[in-house]
Amino acid sequence: MPSDHDLLFRTLADPSRRAIFERLCRDGEQTVGALTAQAGISQPAVSKHLGVLKQAGLVRDRHEGRQTHYRAQLSALAPLIDWTSKMTGFWERRFDALEDLLKRMDQ
Amino acid sequence: MTAAPGETLSVVVERDIPHPPEKIWRALTQPHLIADWLMQNDFSPSVGHRFNLRGDWGGVLDCEVLEVEPHKTLAYTWNFQHDDPAYALNSVVTFTLTPTAAGTRLRMEQAGFRPEQKQAFGGAKAGWQQFLAKLEEVVARAD
Repeated sequence: MPSDHDLLFRTLADPSRRAIFERLCRDGEQTVGALTAQAGISQPAVSKHLGVLKQAGLVRDRHEGRQTHYRAQLSALAPLIDWTSKMTGFWERRFDALEDLLKRMDQ
Repeated sequence: MTAAPGETLSVVVERDIPHPPEKIWRALTQPHLIADWLMQNDFSPSVGHRFNLRGDWGGVLDCEVLEVEPHKTLAYTWNFQHDDPAYALNSVVTFTLTPTAAGTRLRMEQAGFRPEQKQAFGGAKAGWQQFLAKLEEVVARAD
């Protein structure tokens, strides 16, 4: 999986792409036109970013007539969130054990 | 270790504990007590001391003491070497103890990268932490 992780991180390292992705997370499905209106960059540039996001599995497209609608694929973020949520669980359990030890130290 | 805050991924766990800082400090710094709640170890509370934490699962963490301020702050590296980068980790763990009316607020922050993340995150100067925090909220709501 390392190469998949790498692709994901590189894809989201670009601020414009991140902004587009955030917008899709926040506001749900959007057309390229609607995204362009907010992005402050040209439509071809937005389309190019969407292509890269799609390749990384971060967005999915749906064609309807002449319009293409894009939506975020939150499940693709799992590798990013994985590390922090795993370690948080680990430390919560260790803190439970620490509190248990502190109680025994009184006796 | 010297990465700007925006470049690190970190985990923070905080808890109010009904015991004084001095007592918690002992549990954080005496090897037989550390072994009781965290892992087997050859820890010594002096800056520059290198030690290992040995997990029940057989894993060994490479650590070095970075900061010791008795009853207040303890920091050490928490590195795990592994051929599979998905398991390897370079990080720093910092414990901060703050006295409260009822005892102590204990804060643990673990900041770091997996090696492949470090490379990938290097290009992004700012905003990662806020971005990830926001996304975690989004994902939590989506569940």
